[in-house]
Amino acid sequence: MTTAATLGTETGTQVNQYLTFTLGSEEYGIEILKVQEIKGYTGITPIPNTPPYIRGVMNLRGTVIPVVDLRVKFSMEEQAYDKFTVIIVVTVRDKVIGVVVDAVSDVLDVAASQIRETPDLGARADVRFIGGMATVGEKLVVLLDIEKLLSAEEMSSLTSAA
Amino acid sequence: MEFDISRFRDTFFQEAEEHAATMEAELLRLEQGGGDAESLNAIFRCAHSIKGASGTFGFDDIAKFTHALETLLEGMRAGRIEPTAARAALLLRSVDVLRELLAAARTGGPPPAGVEESAAQLVVAQRADWAPNAPAVARVDDSAARPYRIRFVPAPEIFLQGMDPVLVLRELERAGEVQELRVDLSRLPPLAQLDPEICYLGWDLRLRSEKSAEDLRDVFAFVEDGARVEVEPETARPALSAPSVRAPVRDSTSIRVTTEKVDKLVDLVGELVIAQSMAAEILNNFTASSLLRLQEAFSEMERYTRELQERVMGVRMLPIGSVFSRFPRLVHDLAEATGKRIVLEMSGEETELDKAVVESLGDPLTHLIRNAVDHGLEPPEERRAAGKPEQGAIRLHAFHQGGNVIVEASDDGRGLDAAKIRRKAVERGLLAEDQPASEEQIHAMLFEPGFSTAEQVSSISGRGVGMDVVKRTVEGMNGAVSISSAPGRGTSVRIKLPLTLAILDGLLLRVGEQTYILPLVAILESVRPTAAQLNSMAGQGEVVIMRGEPLPLVRLHRLLNVPTEVTDATRGLLVLVENHGRRLALLVDELLGQQQVVIKSLESNFRKVEGVVGATILGDGRAALILDVAGLAQMARNARGVIDR
Repeated sequence: MTTAATLGTETGTQVNQYLTFTLGSEEYGIEILKVQEIKGYTGITPIPNTPPYIRGVMNLRGTVIPVVDLRVKFSMEEQAYDKFTVIIVVTVRDKVIGVVVDAVSDVLDVAASQIRETPDLGARADVRFIGGMATVGEKLVVLLDIEKLLSAEEMSSLTSAA
Repeated sequence: MEFDISRFRDTFFQEAEEHAATMEAELLRLEQGGGDAESLNAIFRCAHSIKGASGTFGFDDIAKFTHALETLLEGMRAGRIEPTAARAALLLRSVDVLRELLAAARTGGPPPAGVEESAAQLVVAQRADWAPNAPAVARVDDSAARPYRIRFVPAPEIFLQGMDPVLVLRELERAGEVQELRVDLSRLPPLAQLDPEICYLGWDLRLRSEKSAEDLRDVFAFVEDGARVEVEPETARPALSAPSVRAPVRDSTSIRVTTEKVDKLVDLVGELVIAQSMAAEILNNFTASSLLRLQEAFSEMERYTRELQERVMGVRMLPIGSVFSRFPRLVHDLAEATGKRIVLEMSGEETELDKAVVESLGDPLTHLIRNAVDHGLEPPEERRAAGKPEQGAIRLHAFHQGGNVIVEASDDGRGLDAAKIRRKAVERGLLAEDQPASEEQIHAMLFEPGFSTAEQVSSISGRGVGMDVVKRTVEGMNGAVSISSAPGRGTSVRIKLPLTLAILDGLLLRVGEQTYILPLVAILESVRPTAAQLNSMAGQGEVVIMRGEPLPLVRLHRLLNVPTEVTDATRGLLVLVENHGRRLALLVDELLGQQQVVIKSLESNFRKVEGVVGATILGDGRAALILDVAGLAQMARNARGVIDR
């Protein structure tokens, strides 16, 4: 086990480690360096007048952090939380944010050569926060750019009704 | 009024020491040519603060000395006097004298010698052609050794010339103190190739010497041929400052706690540990009959925990009254000095703020009061002529509002002269001649550094430092400051401070499955309404009649979008809250109780949310939102506005 997530291989290509998780049948990955910890699903307090994908806030050892539901964010069908539901706690530009996903699956080594650009899905698809696609063995993993995903305006600025 | 000022003497000395340290650091920068207008401003503000505070505490010699200091600084700041290194050096020495004065005042000892002379120097130094008089400077320059960095690489054939580099090093040793000597072996060949008659070595040394670089160079006169000799002063810093540099101590993040308080905390933790081990003991030998004892042990632990929490919080929180209480004396003295009749009214002294915030409020409030007395309040005759009571009033008022603590300092004097401020702003180049500016914008000009409209510079105020210090200090605490004024009716400065660190007395209430907290200060009462009290106004919202007065009824579940079964107001509870003198009835499911909660910021990881001050952690570990009455009122108005359209 190496402490660094980025390893140089003999061929010289860069390998990054990704934490992969599932949403429905799809598999996603986020850079492991952004992950602070993984928590079981605990009580979330809703916040009024925020976008639906912001589930609310939770207590992380005395700090109050917002929690984002990726299913809602990706306009997927909502699903009741169960014992596999986890909250991945990530750090994005000094802010600590919880992300609800169905389940975490693995830590993958992904070489830069394995990453393909996101195919053009047409104008209607919002792919800004997709960093690329990686094929690892049989699986296709969608690599998320968590910075772009969670630092959007609605997370940081007040869109006041006033 | 019975008033003991001695309690705040320690604070004064601590603050003065901090100011002196800041002045020193900035002066050092200035002396090295690194300072800018901002450093001058900073130094000036420090001197001004010490002057003001020492006057309050009756340390007249300190006030007098800092006045001299300040006058010179003012000239430098305004650009009338050139801030030369020599002047900076003089000021540095003056800071040392000031420190001695402070030490003498603290111990009650005799004032140090040479104060008068120093003060006189400061006055003389205002002359444009001033130069530090020769003997003093010569003495200063000679008395202190300067650091040099010397590199000496003798010519390889130095031995052939009959010279010995060691002799040179000895000579250097006599010229000063060698602090570091490093031999450069980089040219040394392997032993087999070494020629014993060739010098392969070089030396790097750091020397502290009183001699000049030229004198030191002379040491190398006989070995210079073919050698590399570098003699450089280590820094450009003049001699004077070098020996007396003290690292400025800024303990802005620390708080002073009496040992007594800490001891009490230690005791409490001890008690808690004992109570816990007792509970553990009961559990170890648990039988049905020990249940009662277990309950007792738990309630004991709970009691200790609560007390511990209160005391830990108490370490940080301080009523604002502790800073207010220095002002009666100040106002009294100012009244005497100006011949004005003044009454000081204070309210909200019990408002608690973080200790650090309370302490930092001292200086800005002092400035505001000085300004109010000096510029705001009119002399008795003028007041009489204007039909006002002869006695002018200064009011200090602290209160909670929304998630903030507001401190207002107001007077009933002549108010601000917008035309005069405008003229001054144009003069200073802050505003173009024909540039339109609202009254608000013009008032805001007062917060610019060095902006003063006083015709006469007095020792009370009128140098225009007050307001920019106020602004800086308040903004440093993440607060905001604003000023409002009505001609002939007075001026009011409003300082708004965030409550981020504060604890809040809250009322826990339930809406649906959610628990919310309302600040207790905003709550008037809670009632269960009868159907007869409820009315709706033609689809424009609901009202509840309380003692004949119709109040808007706000359904929290609707406002916060929380599902609940209690939609019938007669089955829920109405919490009556007040905001800006306007009342509002909030419909909730039920009240859960009263509790002190620690406010956690939502903004640090998320953002500001309308109608919410922050969050807190409940006993069961869940996060709960603390509601902001002002924000809720606004949201309710907006919601109705939508219906209106």
